[in-house]
Amino acid sequence: MKNILEVRDLSLSINGKNILKNINMEVWEGYVHAIVGPNGAGKSTLASAIMGLEGYQHHTGNIYFKGKEISKLGIDERARMGITFGWQEPARYEGLLIKDFLKASARNKSNDFIFKQLERVGLDPDDYANRAVDKTLSGGERKKVELASILAMDPDLVLLDEPDSGIDVETLDKIFEIIKEQKKNKRTIVLITHSLAVLTQSDHAFVFCNGEILMKAETKKVIPYFKNKCLPCKHKNIPDEKGVRVE
Amino acid sequence: MNNNIDLTKELSRITQTDDIFQQPDIAHIFIHHHKVIQSHLLPGLKVEVKEYDDHIEINTTVEKDSKIDKPVHMCFGMLPEQGIQRIIIHNDIRENASVSFLAHCAFPNAVDIQHIMEGTIQVGKNARYRYLERHVHGLYGGVKVYPHAQIQLAEGAHFYSEFELIKGRAGLIDIQYEANCEAESVLEMIARISGKGNDQIMIKEIGHLKGERARGFLSTKVAATDHTKAEVYNKLTASAAYARGHVACTEIIKDNGIVSAIPIVEVDHPKAHITHEAALGSVDSKQLQTLMARGLTENEATDLIIQGLLS
Repeated sequence: MKNILEVRDLSLSINGKNILKNINMEVWEGYVHAIVGPNGAGKSTLASAIMGLEGYQHHTGNIYFKGKEISKLGIDERARMGITFGWQEPARYEGLLIKDFLKASARNKSNDFIFKQLERVGLDPDDYANRAVDKTLSGGERKKVELASILAMDPDLVLLDEPDSGIDVETLDKIFEIIKEQKKNKRTIVLITHSLAVLTQSDHAFVFCNGEILMKAETKKVIPYFKNKCLPCKHKNIPDEKGVRVE
Repeated sequence: MNNNIDLTKELSRITQTDDIFQQPDIAHIFIHHHKVIQSHLLPGLKVEVKEYDDHIEINTTVEKDSKIDKPVHMCFGMLPEQGIQRIIIHNDIRENASVSFLAHCAFPNAVDIQHIMEGTIQVGKNARYRYLERHVHGLYGGVKVYPHAQIQLAEGAHFYSEFELIKGRAGLIDIQYEANCEAESVLEMIARISGKGNDQIMIKEIGHLKGERARGFLSTKVAATDHTKAEVYNKLTASAAYARGHVACTEIIKDNGIVSAIPIVEVDHPKAHITHEAALGSVDSKQLQTLMARGLTENEATDLIIQGLLS
């Protein structure tokens, strides 16, 4: 399996607190991965560091994308190499039309292409293309627009932060459908989640706890561990003394 | 270029209004410097013009009960790099009349141009008046624009104005509008301007809701990049029962832009109500990072956010 992304010895402190502790991980090209763990485990922080978001660039260690060290690159440079990030709560824009928002990132700027991406996520272009990406959209609609913009960009690697957050069942099913479709198209997806439903969409998973990877394995092996140990855990982000390190 | 046909052609090309000449049901008047170079009027719309060396006077009347269905295109332009255009305009929209003006103000080559507009606008009882002002400026910021107007709204009158810079540098824009609003009248003033370089933007819009159930809305959106300075002074007063109003101001800064907003609301009747909101600051970081995570540079992302805000 070919690594599209490698993280080596990555540590990150924020306000004096060690949020990520010597993370090492490999993301295989064309697979769906999950980074799973409780709130506060450092999952979103790691995804933010990989994307190079503001406030997450001062880590130690290395991040390699397609074999190239990207730690010193800006967000847009990483994006143009083929990485993108889908926010848990996507930003809203006063006055910016959905079609223009999609065109901004699209490889193909034609209306036909843009409208097709809206249809793929279940939004009728007649109803949505000329609406603004503003607060009049529901959480689910905004999430679908975010997904459509990612499809329009067609990146090699997508980091999706809590894709099930704040949305209805129908929208979640649509997101899962898109994930499957993207996998068929050999795209790589990393799902950041604390949800079993989202975890089950992946092929391979990393279990995070207190800024460390406790386990990395095929998802079918991770699910019982996550179900039996993580979900009922009474001491979130305080791993058992022995630790459970299953490679 | 020294004849009216060429001037009209050039101004219509710049303002993208070529198609209006083929449509007899669209009234228009084209003014270059202090001369009318082309016009077409419709029944119910009367325009009297006096041309002078240093200014032009335009008296527009829309007769009582006249409804002008399609927007009347007015083009005020100057093609040379230097000069002063001073327009004194009186608009009289009589009882139950209805009209919409689309004013194209084009100074594409401006290096040192002044465009001075001194206006009075009377909107009669139950009449409707819309005035959309679209500016096309040059790239050098060498234009100074002074749209000043005194507005009177009679009972039940509707007034709507929009000022928008659609192309080029703002230069210096100094808007001063003041309106008196009688009972049941509606006042709406919208301004959307983006400044670059060392542009200066000053907006002073004032509405006095004097009659019962008069309503007012003042909205300003400004983006100030580079070394632009922007000052917005919006004031609504209400002195009658059930008068309602809202003042909104959004200003975005980037680089070394400086913005200030002074929303003033004054109410001296216990049954009147006015609200205001102002948001000033830099481009939202999450908005910016989202677009950058799609591959846009910081400048491209900022421009798109500003374009949306001002749309």
